[in-house]
Amino acid sequence: MSTTAASITFSRRNFLRTSSLASGGLLIGFNLFTACKSDVKPPIDLADLNYNDFNAFIKIAKNGAVTIFSPNPEIGQGVKTAMPMIIAEELGVAWDKVLVEQGVLDTENYTRQVAGGSQSIRFGWDALRQTGATARQMLVNAAAAKWGVDASELSVSEGVITNAAGETLGYGDVVDEAAKLEVPEEVTLKEPKDYKIIGTDQVNVDIDKIITGKPLFGLDYKVDGMVYAAVLRPPAFGQELESYDATEAKAMPGVIDVIKIGKKAKVLLGKEEVNWTAQLVPSEKVVVIAKTTWEAFKAKKVIKAQWKNASTLESTDYQDKKLNGLLDGNEFTTLREDGDVDKAFANADTVLERTYESPFLPHSCMEPMNFFANVTDKKIQLVGPIQTPEDAANTVAELLGRDVKDIHLEMTRQGGGFGRRLYGDFVYEVAEISDTIRKPVKMVSSREDDMTTGVYRPAIKYRIKAAIKNGKLTGYQLKEAAINGNMYGLIPNFFPAGAVENYRVDVANYESNITTGAWRAPYTNFLAYAEQAFFDEIAETMEVDKVQLRLDLLEKVKGTTDERIQYDPERMQAVLKLAVDKSGWGKAPEGTYQGVVAYYCHNSHVAEVADVQIENGMPVVKKVTCVVDCGIVINPLGAKNQIVGGVIDGVGHAMYGQFGFKDGVPTSTNYDTYRLIRMKEAPLVDAYMIQNELSPTGLGEPTLPPAGGAVANALKAATGKRIYKQPFMEDPDFWRVENKEILG
Amino acid sequence: MPKYNLNINGKPRSIEASADTPLLWILRDHLDMVGTKFGCGIAQCGACTVHVDGNAARSCSLPVASAEGKEITTIEGLSEDGSHPVQKAWKEVDVPQCGYCQSGQIMTASAFLKQNKNPSDAEIKNAMNGNICRCAAYNRIQKAVEIAAGNMG
Repeated sequence: MSTTAASITFSRRNFLRTSSLASGGLLIGFNLFTACKSDVKPPIDLADLNYNDFNAFIKIAKNGAVTIFSPNPEIGQGVKTAMPMIIAEELGVAWDKVLVEQGVLDTENYTRQVAGGSQSIRFGWDALRQTGATARQMLVNAAAAKWGVDASELSVSEGVITNAAGETLGYGDVVDEAAKLEVPEEVTLKEPKDYKIIGTDQVNVDIDKIITGKPLFGLDYKVDGMVYAAVLRPPAFGQELESYDATEAKAMPGVIDVIKIGKKAKVLLGKEEVNWTAQLVPSEKVVVIAKTTWEAFKAKKVIKAQWKNASTLESTDYQDKKLNGLLDGNEFTTLREDGDVDKAFANADTVLERTYESPFLPHSCMEPMNFFANVTDKKIQLVGPIQTPEDAANTVAELLGRDVKDIHLEMTRQGGGFGRRLYGDFVYEVAEISDTIRKPVKMVSSREDDMTTGVYRPAIKYRIKAAIKNGKLTGYQLKEAAINGNMYGLIPNFFPAGAVENYRVDVANYESNITTGAWRAPYTNFLAYAEQAFFDEIAETMEVDKVQLRLDLLEKVKGTTDERIQYDPERMQAVLKLAVDKSGWGKAPEGTYQGVVAYYCHNSHVAEVADVQIENGMPVVKKVTCVVDCGIVINPLGAKNQIVGGVIDGVGHAMYGQFGFKDGVPTSTNYDTYRLIRMKEAPLVDAYMIQNELSPTGLGEPTLPPAGGAVANALKAATGKRIYKQPFMEDPDFWRVENKEILG
Repeated sequence: MPKYNLNINGKPRSIEASADTPLLWILRDHLDMVGTKFGCGIAQCGACTVHVDGNAARSCSLPVASAEGKEITTIEGLSEDGSHPVQKAWKEVDVPQCGYCQSGQIMTASAFLKQNKNPSDAEIKNAMNGNICRCAAYNRIQKAVEIAAGNMG
């Protein structure tokens, strides 16, 4: 468990570098990831380091103005506000005087700039604090030298240094001297009790621009002479372009040209090693280039294209059979095994087995996929929303056979990510388009393009088995049948690993031609529901209290010496107990039915209680109480937004997210045929955060996965029915309660 | 290409475009007013909401030919400086996460509150139900509309 040690000596000094600005002032560059990973070697000789080697900067001007460049992509998770807050805290400046700007990508020197896995704050915590504290110490040292006193006699508040005599110097008064000083070997970090910015509510740094409609997003980006591109992709997964006739499209108003792309992308996909973010269908594509977006969209509709079947055209039924075949088969890889699971089942008094299934899901970012490119002989400019800018730049260089040094990539604010913008297919497309037409161009997807040519969360099935003997849970087996990849990394070591003596996780997988990838809280976004609904049934079978079952299992993990175990049983018990208390679990008023879950994923511990009531014969999710332990909370106002949004997103997709395929063609195309949760269905979320001084973890994902489980368990309490398949509301009639009295 | 005379945020604008061009793309591509967002193109998500003669309308499904002679207000014209009570409430509550849908949410809320000065919880939910927020900031949208209603009344 990390701590918040007040004084840190950092031996990896190479992550910091300072210098004077030509315009006057101090610039500090820092490399978050070199600072955090002890095994990372400096990329080049330290003596040759320049400021492009760093992920982020603090700039202090001579007038005292502070600019903090936020390194990571902002997709709505709030890091553009929270990461600079951490620096500002240790720097000792007033937050409302700080200007925050989005840092750009430098593919030559940057090590890693990614929005994903709820990791920005977790990885950034130490480095961001040390950076701010180092800058503060250097400014203080410069003031001490000026006054001829010891630095320890000076105090700092809101960018002003005060000496024992009460004289003051602003940061701007000493930046030039500070920039010439050695970087201190050791700095003192603040005690959490002294925090003035961390832990305070701060509104989104882009709020004024958002509420007044200023250009911020990729779709808003425009340069003189820019043209628009609409891409016609294969209508079915498994199909490739055979031929096309664009005569009619070319005659449409505003159309500049109709071209074909994809040859280069096919070469890229055919290589032995393909970057993991390169999720593309291996087909050529037809592209309309037009003066406006609408003209491009319109002309695309009249292109007559012939497509040939190149591989299996999968339907939902086909996928279902394949997954069932995997679950019933013997082609499993074991990811974790404790004790003797087979023996535990052979000796059990009762064996409980359930199978849970979920569909494909599109990401449905509100800002459709889009990107700008301007490819010239000298350089390649790329601008837009992408969660993995470095991978995108590297892959574009490979695609076009160019030096990555030629690429300049800027990230815009992003209208949602949810994992979709980890994959750079749209960046490669626009790069190939601009490379062909040699014009500044923006590729814009329509909603239909976005939904039917996505990089989906794949359908998945879990079969879970529990062995119960003498009133105890003696065995637990989880089988996963997945598409294009199985659960990874540490997930097999999440709860209940360590809590059940005989425990096994087996996974199997088949490869599909449908492009798939991460979707907010990969794997756990469905696994949490399956396991937490299953735990309810274990408790019912054992005839024990649902909360007590979980608390007892967690008790067994306390003091474990198994270093693979990811969750902290005490923190998980604490969130569960507080959720029980805050939700009035067990004391719900008549007509309110509750479901409880406790879960760990993405480094945070979460407990949720869903309240369901019956309205007009149908169960309705009215409220979710959510308790989170994510360590120190940087910005409670932003954190609560993530917690509440994650819960409602989890409820929404569990209830309504339905997506399938017929002969390779997605069955939903837009929001009229794909249902997202809306205002009327959104429950009230009552959010609580555990107060402690432990190092912070991320919040972009962890509250989503448990929500489906809490709702499923509450639906059972309300209607007496259990459901094993998402979305829960696929058949609303399943839930209709004709006569509430029957529930007793 | 036919010519259209539009009244946008109190200013006359002359546009040459096909008659079926949605107002959304006139605003975004012809006039560089990008506050009005493209979400679905079929009037299902509300990201493109503007006011037409004071009423909330989906600009993605309003052909430019039908927008002539009407008073159109976009997020850029709701106030000069973000001082409309709905914008202020949005900031006070810190509604946005990604922020993409919010100009549409604000335009829907401001048209609604002009017609209903003292809405109930259910009326707010009903009025805002046509606007999708993929980040699901619905609780804060509800609260911001309540605050704005209080400040407008």
